[in-house]
Amino acid sequence: MRNLTRRAILAAAPALAFGGPLLRARPARGATQYGPGVTDTEIKIGNTGPYSGPLSTASPVLISAAAYYKMINDEGGINGRKINFISYDDGYTPPKTVEMTRKLIEEDQVLFIAGGIGTPTNSAIWHYMNQHKVPQLFVGTGATKWDDPKGHPWTIGWQPNYQSEGRIYAAYILKNKLGGKVGVLYQDDDFGKDYLKGVVDGLGDKAGSMIVVKASYETTDPTVDSQIVSLKAAGCDVFVNTAIARFAAQAIRKAAEIEWKPLHILSGIGNSVAVTLKPAGLEASKGIVTDFFLKDPTDPEWQNDAGYGWWVSFMDKYYPSGDKTDLGNVVGSSLAATVVQVLKQCGDDLTRENVMKQAANLHDFTTPMLLPGITINTSPTDFAPVKQVQMARFDGERWRPFGSILTGAIG
Amino acid sequence: MTSEQDTTLFAPSGETRAAPQAARLSAGHWVLVGVVAIALVLPFVFQGFVVFQLTEVMIYGLAILGLNLLTGFNGQFSVGHGAFYGLGAYVTAIMMQRWGVPYYWTLPAAGAVCFVVGVLFGLPALRLQGLYLALVTFAAAVALPQLLKFGPLENWTGGVQGIVVDQPEAPAFLPISADQWLYYFTLVVLLVMFAGAANLVKSRSGRAIMAIRDHPIAAAAMGINAPLYKTLTFGVSALYTGVAGALGALAAQFVAPDSFSLFLSIYFLVGLILGGMGSLPGCLFGGLFVLYVPNIAQAVSRGLAGAVYGVIMLLVIFVMPSGAAGFTRLAWAYLSRRRSQ
Repeated sequence: MRNLTRRAILAAAPALAFGGPLLRARPARGATQYGPGVTDTEIKIGNTGPYSGPLSTASPVLISAAAYYKMINDEGGINGRKINFISYDDGYTPPKTVEMTRKLIEEDQVLFIAGGIGTPTNSAIWHYMNQHKVPQLFVGTGATKWDDPKGHPWTIGWQPNYQSEGRIYAAYILKNKLGGKVGVLYQDDDFGKDYLKGVVDGLGDKAGSMIVVKASYETTDPTVDSQIVSLKAAGCDVFVNTAIARFAAQAIRKAAEIEWKPLHILSGIGNSVAVTLKPAGLEASKGIVTDFFLKDPTDPEWQNDAGYGWWVSFMDKYYPSGDKTDLGNVVGSSLAATVVQVLKQCGDDLTRENVMKQAANLHDFTTPMLLPGITINTSPTDFAPVKQVQMARFDGERWRPFGSILTGAIG
Repeated sequence: MTSEQDTTLFAPSGETRAAPQAARLSAGHWVLVGVVAIALVLPFVFQGFVVFQLTEVMIYGLAILGLNLLTGFNGQFSVGHGAFYGLGAYVTAIMMQRWGVPYYWTLPAAGAVCFVVGVLFGLPALRLQGLYLALVTFAAAVALPQLLKFGPLENWTGGVQGIVVDQPEAPAFLPISADQWLYYFTLVVLLVMFAGAANLVKSRSGRAIMAIRDHPIAAAAMGINAPLYKTLTFGVSALYTGVAGALGALAAQFVAPDSFSLFLSIYFLVGLILGGMGSLPGCLFGGLFVLYVPNIAQAVSRGLAGAVYGVIMLLVIFVMPSGAAGFTRLAWAYLSRRRSQ
């Protein structure tokens, strides 16, 4: 039944009197409510990211997300509304992110921001978004701080955060090498410390006795050779390598050189075969374990997979110039799919409040390129959408998944 | 020390202090009054976001003014003024967020810190000329973002995550938004600092500074203490850009190492050249260019934004080879000649 209130009739009266015949008939639903940027035919979504600047290699995430929205529009949109995706370049500079985000919200009047990339850039608008109560959905960074439903209820992350990953490594160590001597290599900044905290918290009261060395490096260091030597000298038999690609590769090579063969855990941030393992030496990389949450498009395992097949046809049609070996294109389309799911759940109640409510109300949602068994779940107290990963071991040629899906949720 | 003589010997070339000059100055004053009047009304004409952008334009203009004092008036090159801007921003952020100092007290502090660092930087600059000096300042711009991430400083600087800065609220008795308040606050700082720069340039010291630019040997022969003036100019220049950085931190409400990349320094240089070397009002045009042209370029084509930016820059240089200030001066001269005919 339609709910006609006295106010609705009063509000409709002038429209019926003056423009009634011009009004297009629309199926009446229970609660049709629109926030800024929404009409019967359109939903405006804002976004900023590094199309230029030092992180422009991440721009495929943005472009493939835009391609995904275009596909949704070609299929008729969401409940008849087309997505108008407005994305600006911030060059990975925080002040420009602030300026462009304010433009999106105050001038373009978007309903919300989704899929912004970069930790410093998203940090710059973090307070602004929460102060103005505009959803900042599915930020493209793995910092743990985005999972803060109490302090920042208008911001939600997406990918597994670094602390969750660290906890998963700790769980793996406790299961396979209880009592081992653990050495951790981490980058000496918030990103590296996030990983370290995850491992320490995950080991719990065993952390004190099991972690023998915490070796850090600066991004300005030429090599991490001396750290690796010290890890071996301390007698570590478990090596948690959370370095970014270049240093991860150095660590693998040096360990092989000095014939140190610990249980080697490589973090998700540096586990690309092409960027890390090949330069380090495929033979030297044998036996390393790592974690994944998306299907690696270069992995032949997925050649006949339905999800991968869909992704290839999507890329061919909507982003033909895109690089199909770039994981960024997998991230972008999966992230955009999550945004679309939120909008579908919103129905006709397209207010900022409801968008945030539905973003925190995802249950067992999956996308074609998430690894089988990994689902997206959120709740009003859980703002970490993807928190499951699959462990894999390198066999000298490619990563071989093993074991079951692991969860390392914080809190 | 400077002798009394340079007062008369080093009047800016082409300008005499005769009566017609005074008449033109008063016309200039009227323009200034008009511009300030318009500036006072703008926050009530536009919405919050545009007011914020205009605030940023003034801030960049002030930063470019700092660079102009050094490069335009004193002839020393700097490709690293983004570092002073960043330093000023961090002084404000650390004082406000770590020590709880009210925002308005952080501006003089940012200026003072940058002045000292600028003077220290000016010392090696004495031995280096032109391109070599440019390289040293370039090093400063490259080094700053990494120093901010440096471990032992991290407790202060917040490392890569940076520091979130609270937006200054308007005093309770004023019925205006925080954006409008910051706009007026910046406008007042800008006017004070522009007046200071105008006075400096017109003073005996200002003429000494320009004499060093025009002919260092002749200036030294006239008794100008070139090393002293060069280091002091470096300090004052850094002070101006540092105060701009402090305001920038308040406007963006956030500082992080990535905010102050090498590109910022380059943009200041671009703004300086397009605005007009050695012109004070030209700096504001430079600020406009720095803020708006990347946005325009992006609106034309996101994929080719860099190329569009380059084309716009070329056009501006072709149309106004001596910068916006030079263009205005030529147009003014042309119009007054037409009128007198």
